[in-house]
Amino acid sequence: MANTEIMTVNMGPQHPSTHGVLQLVVELDGETIVKVDPVIGYLHRGVEKLSEYRTYHQTLPLTDRMDYLAPMSNNLGYILTVEKLLGIEVPERARVIRVIMAEMARLQSHLVWLATHALDIGAMTVFIYAFREREVVMETYELISGARMTSNFFRAGGLSQDVPPEFEKKVRGFVASLPGYIDTYEGLLTNNPIWRKRIVGNGVISAEDATDIGITGPALRGSGVDFDLRRDIPYSGYERYTFAVPTGKNCDSFDRYQVRLIEMRESCKIIEQALNELQPGPVLADAPQVCYPPKESVYNSIEGLIHHFKIASEGYPVPEGEVFLSIENPKGELGYYIVSDGGHKPYRMRVRPPSFVNLQAIEKMSKGAMISDLVAVIGTLDVVLGEIDR
Amino acid sequence: MADTNRAVEKLQGTFAASLVEVKEDRGDWIVTVAKEAIIPVLAFLKNECAFTMLTDVTAVDYLGKPGDRFVMVYQLTSVLHKDRIRIKAPVSEADCRIESATQVFASANWLEREVYDLFGISFDKHPDLRRILMTPDWVGYPLRKDYPLQGPDREPYKGRLS
Repeated sequence: MANTEIMTVNMGPQHPSTHGVLQLVVELDGETIVKVDPVIGYLHRGVEKLSEYRTYHQTLPLTDRMDYLAPMSNNLGYILTVEKLLGIEVPERARVIRVIMAEMARLQSHLVWLATHALDIGAMTVFIYAFREREVVMETYELISGARMTSNFFRAGGLSQDVPPEFEKKVRGFVASLPGYIDTYEGLLTNNPIWRKRIVGNGVISAEDATDIGITGPALRGSGVDFDLRRDIPYSGYERYTFAVPTGKNCDSFDRYQVRLIEMRESCKIIEQALNELQPGPVLADAPQVCYPPKESVYNSIEGLIHHFKIASEGYPVPEGEVFLSIENPKGELGYYIVSDGGHKPYRMRVRPPSFVNLQAIEKMSKGAMISDLVAVIGTLDVVLGEIDR
Repeated sequence: MADTNRAVEKLQGTFAASLVEVKEDRGDWIVTVAKEAIIPVLAFLKNECAFTMLTDVTAVDYLGKPGDRFVMVYQLTSVLHKDRIRIKAPVSEADCRIESATQVFASANWLEREVYDLFGISFDKHPDLRRILMTPDWVGYPLRKDYPLQGPDREPYKGRLS
């Protein structure tokens, strides 16, 4: 006689395809999923609480440790919010470099997504290829900031330093070659019958449900909602670049896969346009109460040293007020809500992480599917636990 | 931005008695409402003003400042009009509860669980009110201003050099 009772299975927190420390308590009827209950918080570091005890400048390094697959993009959201509170203007060159690096972060994040998503489903070759290309982005990070992941490169008012001369050549070479590599990935995957069997019709979520659950980013556009903050509520000068916003029709994992691949091609176009308008000039605003002085002045003059010491030890006061600003992170809408009471530290900093909200959809997307499809659903949502748990 | 203005005007017309404050700060529209009116206001914005996405729910602890201790903050986005509005609702420490927005927006589920977990604000009619980031047996609410950074019963960190 068949045993028909519901079985509860623990998946994670140490599971290779949960992309971090995510635990899923899955209720199964045979192999069919009845209920999924994600258990999160294993990586909770209290970024929001910590920021209340740090100056605005000291909070910056906390932000690139959240979505560690796109650190520069995280920095950008935070810095733009602080700049909006301060009301300072950023020099043209700094703004263009920020856009280039935010798009490089998007490419990096999407490459890791493609690599791990394919690996989870059993296509190992793509993993090796995509990580090769990602390495170039990491090298670019290292070239300009000295660190491969914890970049901490932007500053309120601009950049920590100008990029070295070889930066432009390296980025141009990368965006010129990447579309060819994407063709390779598509050649390996798009018409591959195993790949299609695993993700066509997997994790379907309608446009209405996706909006209601608050899904953002490529996962929302895969469900056919034409909404991209870079185009619709532009920031950091995105309104000057032309790029297409791809959307899906069938709301499944395959559409989200295609949306992300097209997004990578569009990112290359944005970077090219930005490189073309990159002009020499200052990279830090003329705002001495906020910006660090140039290193020559710190090393060679007592005024410069005092200036540096004052900002490093005390920080800078930020006018009273509250600002919510969100940017189109590779994984969705990353929002920062900062309340300032006029002091040197944020009174309250709230991070609206895209992965946290997107992960809510996992129950709806995997109900009634087989347990092996759950791995594909996690992959297609493209979550990163460092950001969910903060 | 023009459309948010219209939404604000509509709110002023319909909920005149419940609105506490309407202001603009650096281009953001902020509407403070009485907490009893939060669900009708959110439903009105969703159904009549096309704010179909609840982007964020959070709270701020104003311990020691005049007025109610907590303020709930809701960020709404209109996908149609590419616009945003922020709704705030004060919550007092004595009656630390508010009605759950899950009746209107599904996205409020985890976001409200997080506020419950870290601020201790309770949500009426929430379908699944459990802690989310902290462990289920955790005592205290870490994002409250009177909760020490190092956690309870621990010597405060005095810095590396002191």
